[in-house]
Formats: sequence, C-alpha cells, structure tokens
Amino acid sequence: MSVNCDIAFTLNGVPRRLAVPADMSTLELLRDQLGLTGTKYGCGEGECGACTVLVDGASVNACLMFAVDCDGRELVTVEGVVAGATGQRLRDAFVASGAVQCGFCTPGFMVQASHLLGQGRAGGEAEIRRGIEGNLCRCTGYRKIIDAIATAAQGGDHG
Amino acid sequence: MAEVAAVLDGIARYVVPRTLDEALGVLAAGGVSILAGGTDLMPQARAGRVRLQPVLINIRRLPELTGIERAGGGIRIGALVTITALRDSALVRERLHLLWQACDHFASDQIRNVATVGGNLCNASPAGDTLIPLLALGASAVLAATGGTRRVPLGEFFTGPGRSCRRPEELLVAVEVPEPPAGFAGVFCKHGTRPALDISTISLAVGARRDGTVLRDVRIACGAVAPTPIRALQAEAVVEGRAADAATIAAAAQAALADIHPISDVRASDWYRREMVRNLLQRALSHVGQL
Ligand SMILES: Cc1cc2nc3c(=O)[nH]c(=O)nc-3n(C[C@H](O)[C@H](O)[C@H](O)COP(=O)(O)OP(=O)(O)OC[C@H]3O[C@@H](n4cnc5c(N)ncnc54)[C@H](O)[C@@H]3O)c2cc1C
Ligand code: FES
Ligand code: FES
Repeated sequence: MSVNCDIAFTLNGVPRRLAVPADMSTLELLRDQLGLTGTKYGCGEGECGACTVLVDGASVNACLMFAVDCDGRELVTVEGVVAGATGQRLRDAFVASGAVQCGFCTPGFMVQASHLLGQGRAGGEAEIRRGIEGNLCRCTGYRKIIDAIATAAQGGDHG
Repeated sequence: MAEVAAVLDGIARYVVPRTLDEALGVLAAGGVSILAGGTDLMPQARAGRVRLQPVLINIRRLPELTGIERAGGGIRIGALVTITALRDSALVRERLHLLWQACDHFASDQIRNVATVGGNLCNASPAGDTLIPLLALGASAVLAATGGTRRVPLGEFFTGPGRSCRRPEELLVAVEVPEPPAGFAGVFCKHGTRPALDISTISLAVGARRDGTVLRDVRIACGAVAPTPIRALQAEAVVEGRAADAATIAAAAQAALADIHPISDVRASDWYRREMVRNLLQRALSHVGQL
C-alpha cells in the first residue's frame, strides 16, 4: 500500500480536491475513483491512445501518468471535450462520416483530434495521419476517422 | 507474507521539491525513485521490471532543469525538456538537426508531449532515440549532487542496457551539446516494424561537414547494436577526409561491423542487425555526401 497524497486540480473546468495513492495512475483516478468512464483502458502501456486526455492543453496517455502529478494542473477528458464547440463539431463529424464502429477507440481519437484542431495541426491528410499515430483503431481502418477529423477541421460535419 | 511484501513495495513518501538544492537533499538520503514524465517509470514499475523505492520524488517542478539555450560555445538542454519542446525549438531544428530528426520520429504525439530528454538518457536503453544523435554530436551529461556537479561525456555515461554511471544520489540536470561546425549536416534513421510507437530494431545517426569534395568531422553513432549506444569509431576513421564515393562507403560499412556487437532478441537476430547496419549506413553516408 502506498501513502495517500492530497492533490488539487481542475477537471473539465471544475476545481477538485482529493487524496490518491502515490502509485495510482491518472487513468485509474478518472475511471475508478471519479467514475468518468469515457476515458478507456486499452493497453495500459502507452501503445493505443484509448486513454488520451488533455493536461494543461497537451494530449497525454492517462495510463502513463501518476495521479499525484495531476496536482496543480488542468485536466480535460472526453466528457469535457464534447461539452465544447470543437468537441461537438468533432462528434457530429464522426457520426456523419461513420467513423465509429465498436466505439472503444473513439474517446481517445476525439480528445487527440481536439488537440490537433486546437493547435491548427489538422491541415491535410498527411498531417492528420501523423497526429493520430498514437491512437489505434481495430475496426475502421482509419479512413473514416481521418475524413471526420478533416471535416471538423474545415468547420462542420458536411464540409 | 503477501501483505508485508505489499507494505514494503509501497511508496511511503511522495515529494515535490521546488528547488534543486531541496531535491538533491532528498536524493542524498537514499531510497528514492525519480519521476520525470513517467513514460518509462510507470510501465516498468507496473510490469515489475523496476521496483519503486520508498520515496518517490517528482522533479517536474524544478525550474533549474528546464530550457534550451546557447551557453559557452554549446547548447544547453534542461533535463526536463520534452521531446515536443525539442521538436518545436527553432534552435534545435537549425543547429542540432540530427537530434531534431530523432525527436520527429519519436513514439507518438501523446508520448512526445510528456517524455523528457533526461528520462530518455537516464533510462539508458540502447535503443533510446535521443541518445544516438546526442552521442554523435559529442554531448555531455551534467550531473548534480549535494557534493557538487560533474560533466560526463555521453560516450562514458552509458555502462550497459538500462545502466549509466549516474550515482543514485545524482540528478541529471542538463545535457550540453557543443555547437557543430558550420556546414555540419546529417541524417538520423531508425528501423522498426511500424512507423510510429516502435522500439528501434536499429538506429543510426550520421553527420559530417563537406569540405570541397571530402567529408570532415565525420560522426557515426548506432543504437540497439550493442549493450549501449555506440560511436562507430572505425567507420568514422575510414570516411574522415575522404570523398563519399562507392569504395569509401563500402569500406566504412564493412568497418562498422567491427564497431558493433548486436544481440538476437524478440525484435531481430544479430545477423539481421548487422545486415541492417551495413545497408542503412551505406544509404546514410551517400545521402550525407550529397547534403
Ligand atoms: C508506448 C511507448 C513508446 C515509446 N517510444 C519511444 C521511442 O520511440 N523512442 C525512445 O527513445 N523512447 C521511447 N519510449 C520510452 C520513453 O518514452 C522515453 O525513454 C522517455 O524519454 C522517458 O522520459 P520520461 O520523462 O517519461 O522518463 P521517466 O519515466 O520519468 O524516467 C525514466 C528513468 O529515468 C530516471 N530519470 C528521469 N529523469 C531523471 C533525471 N533528470 N535525473 C536522474 N534520473 C532521471 C527515472 O528515475 C527513470 O528511471 C516509449 C515509451 C512508451 C511507453
Ligand atoms: S490505455 Fe493508455 S495508451 Fe493504451
Ligand atoms: S471503432 Fe472499434 S476500435 Fe476503433
């Protein structure tokens, strides 16, 4: 058993204060302690991107981050992303393009795509492909996901 | 018994120092695991490959370990600088292009945003991507402890797979890279089974300066072909002061086989690694000859 540590951070815009074991991952904090199950556990070792969240505006794998390191930071999960205008545009584009099959990878792609859009890094297919290198999808073959992100980058769900 | 082991295995204290002195004091007391980005530490601890010490020190809030700047004829890169920050740096892109290329090929966006150059060096994997260009560029590790600071050339820093000469009470503060001579150019390449998120089967950094028809200041470093990243000194000597013609390139590739000591593992056989070094080095040298 590891020692419990008090941390204070912002989660989807809301200040939070709680105690976490020092060896807990941010993914376990989100899913098991806070019940935010939109962020998925795929591989637990940084390979699949299903656990992607934004920390201080940059996308990271929640499974590789110690929860204690959330202290003082701003976290946004997929629940926070879809509450914003970019997230809604992405969600509509994912639906319109048929970019969701089983859906397990979708939250990770949504968060990563929102990061790419926010940084102006979804300018074309090559740039989008490089931007989603850290996200695996076993169903779609990526084509429709890339289309969806390109559509959202152009400002809508119908181009 | 299981419960006792669990207690012993747990983290008893978590510290987030705000100054370098404070951090070095914690390290001096011993029994400490150092956390930077955690992209190695977390999966290694979860898989039981490393054992977390009773004290976990998070060094991410230490201002002394940040920043990329020119200093005394070289470029100083703070240990906490992330791969993304290196990739976004105009100074790195223009003056340390070999390192920039390695950062551009590194893992994925999510990992680059967190992974630090200090963590990459201290993890000391023979396949670590920034190690190869930094070795080729003649960089040194700056190690600090309560007793003082020392500089170790990277050629002496790595002592085996996952091992370096860093003592447990020492913190890697920065890596210092001498500015390459004007006109120095090079290529970094890595070979794996997948373009992204793959541990290199082999990697190679080749740099030189064109002087008329010949190459000078030739630097060749290889990853994943020996227990540590290595400079291919015999291959460098073959090319130094010569034109990059077919005969020289073939001789250099042959000489490199004496520099390397590859193993067979899950990613490739030693034979395959030798063939890859021979072929990639020839390709890289002829490319550098044309830069
Ligand atoms: C899915 C995945 C893909 C990856 N792909 C690549 C890749 O393409 N190329 C590559 O090279 N690596 C890769 N890695 C490995 C890893 O991301 C890098 O080695 C990274 O640079 C480690 O940095 P970090 O800050 O996360 O280190 P941490 O995990 O925090 O630390 C790594 C080790 O160094 C020690 N340490 C860290 N900083 C210091 C310091 N300043 N002083 C003393 N000790 C210190 C820690 O105690 C630990 O033992 C990958 C990892 C994963 C999980
Ligand atoms: S669960 Fe984190 S990358 Fe797969
Ligand atoms: S939709 Fe099933 S994994 Fe991507």
